[in-house]
Amino acid sequence: MSKVLIYGEVKSGKLKKSAFELASEGRRIADALGGEVGAVLIGPDTEKYAAELAKYGVDKVFLVDGPVLETYNSEYFAQAMAGVIKEKNSEIVLFSHSMQGKDLAPRTAAKLGTAVIADCVSFRLDGTTLVGRRPMYAGKCFSEWSATGTPQIASARPNVLETAEVAKAGAVEKITVEIDSSRATYSTKELNLDTSGKVDLTEAEIIVSGGRGMGGNDYTLLEEMAGTLGSRATVGASRAAVDAGWRSHSDQVGQTGKTVTPNLYIACGISGSIQHLAGMGSSKVIVAINKDTEAPIFTKADYGIVGDLFKILPEFNKELKALLSE
Amino acid sequence: MIKACKDANEALARFKDLFVKPVFSGFILKGDFTVKSLVCLKQVPDTETQIKVMPDGSGIVTDGIKYVINPYDEFSVEEALRIKEKMKAGDVTILGLGPDRVVEAIRTALAMGADKGIHVSDDALLQADPYCVAEVLAAVAKQTEFDIIFCGHRAIDDDLGETGAILAELLQIPQVTLVTKIEVAADKKSVTCERDVEGGKEVVESPLPCVVTSQKGLNEPRYASLPGIMKAKKKPVDKKSLGDLGVTIEAKLKCANFTMPPERKAGQKFEGMEPADVAKTVVGLLRTEAKVI
Repeated sequence: MSKVLIYGEVKSGKLKKSAFELASEGRRIADALGGEVGAVLIGPDTEKYAAELAKYGVDKVFLVDGPVLETYNSEYFAQAMAGVIKEKNSEIVLFSHSMQGKDLAPRTAAKLGTAVIADCVSFRLDGTTLVGRRPMYAGKCFSEWSATGTPQIASARPNVLETAEVAKAGAVEKITVEIDSSRATYSTKELNLDTSGKVDLTEAEIIVSGGRGMGGNDYTLLEEMAGTLGSRATVGASRAAVDAGWRSHSDQVGQTGKTVTPNLYIACGISGSIQHLAGMGSSKVIVAINKDTEAPIFTKADYGIVGDLFKILPEFNKELKALLSE
Repeated sequence: MIKACKDANEALARFKDLFVKPVFSGFILKGDFTVKSLVCLKQVPDTETQIKVMPDGSGIVTDGIKYVINPYDEFSVEEALRIKEKMKAGDVTILGLGPDRVVEAIRTALAMGADKGIHVSDDALLQADPYCVAEVLAAVAKQTEFDIIFCGHRAIDDDLGETGAILAELLQIPQVTLVTKIEVAADKKSVTCERDVEGGKEVVESPLPCVVTSQKGLNEPRYASLPGIMKAKKKPVDKKSLGDLGVTIEAKLKCANFTMPPERKAGQKFEGMEPADVAKTVVGLLRTEAKVI
């Protein structure tokens, strides 16, 4: 029996970092309860990931494969996941609150007659009950959630839980789950992934974000700076910039966009409305560049620069380049 | 065209109190045309609301909150209306759960152009978790004809974002989540949707009926017009209790210990410095003090 079960998400032939975050958290929980951590990998050719999971404290890796599991599909993957949870009598199940996790976790939970404690930023145990702390209103407040029955299913915000290397066996077990492919579901026609290697906002470690003060859709200065900062950096935007059509909806940070938690958030020409501050207020370090000294963003910024972003950003980029090439 | 007749008869039955004129029934009988949308709508505090937590941590202070339609549900209402307009006919039903104030949100959607509303009001629904909400929505859906059920991909209050998927599972129909584009097939048996996936977009085709969850980018919702607001007053809003629906709910999740986020204080502010100097200073601090680069 695996007391704690995690779902290992694979993207572009690699386990996502969130899988290690979940494995590490699963290990901490299982150690406190006295139990094993299992990880589920769904799809073809996943055995190769078992060793990596073992490094982060996974005792057993359960592989589920089958004809309809070649590409992700909410219905089939949820059947597979629910099948393993039932077979292993898992008490606690952790997903990542990624795009795929948001789709998969609730469908899996519903098959087991429960709901998901979604988007948690930390966990604790109250006896054998898992308590997830999670932001609400895009981070304007927090609350603690728990499930009333078993399994207790939760999802964790990517990039928040700490990874810790604890070597365990990671023994591989192939599990056969009977997938009912007669259940109605969608079929994938096209998958258009951005191959530039750009990291998603919710998983970026550094975000360079632009708002109304950008004055138009030319974000070259921000793109350049993100480029200087490397592959874990990306460009975001405020609602004003998105609503003006300067940036795509997927770039929006805030209550009606994405809630982000990077190590460094650089707000350029963003005044800092309540809904924007909610969406990025949990960033570890905030830099704000704005010409209005009264802008609310300065009340949250660790480093506030009052001035013209078009003059400051090129200098900033130059300094970063010099520093990072050392 | 047996299906067409059947649909038309069903449509007629459902429209009987609204459209009694024979001329309209003649129109309906012309063919298989309607796309019936059931739009689930939640009322949430406006995004500019300053949230305050109650002293005992049992919830948030609701006094003085201005409530609006959840923005993602607004995209749903708009999309259902656009599908109806494109198909030249159809039916858009708004389904809202919660206290009496929810009727305002339903009326707003009716003023945008939706046809009728269903309001499920029951004390048991206060603080209901997504599973319970989905059970209630499913119970209504089972009594309603629909091709597409729209849900927002999340509500901007609890931010759980799971009701749509749970509802789809309870009804044993497909879910297409995080949708930014919808095209209903000419035969009205399927939809092609563009949806957000990590680092890109996916195009999927789903048979109908299905649950679609709306993502930003789907459309720009219209404002209710004055004539729309006037008309909305006369549109039916059917009130139901859990008893009427034959549903009893049992909480799957519970929440407690509401707290405010750690207070973030303003740090250092640099004013009136030369761009090159301030850039050098701050970049230096990010390395030596903040240690983030």
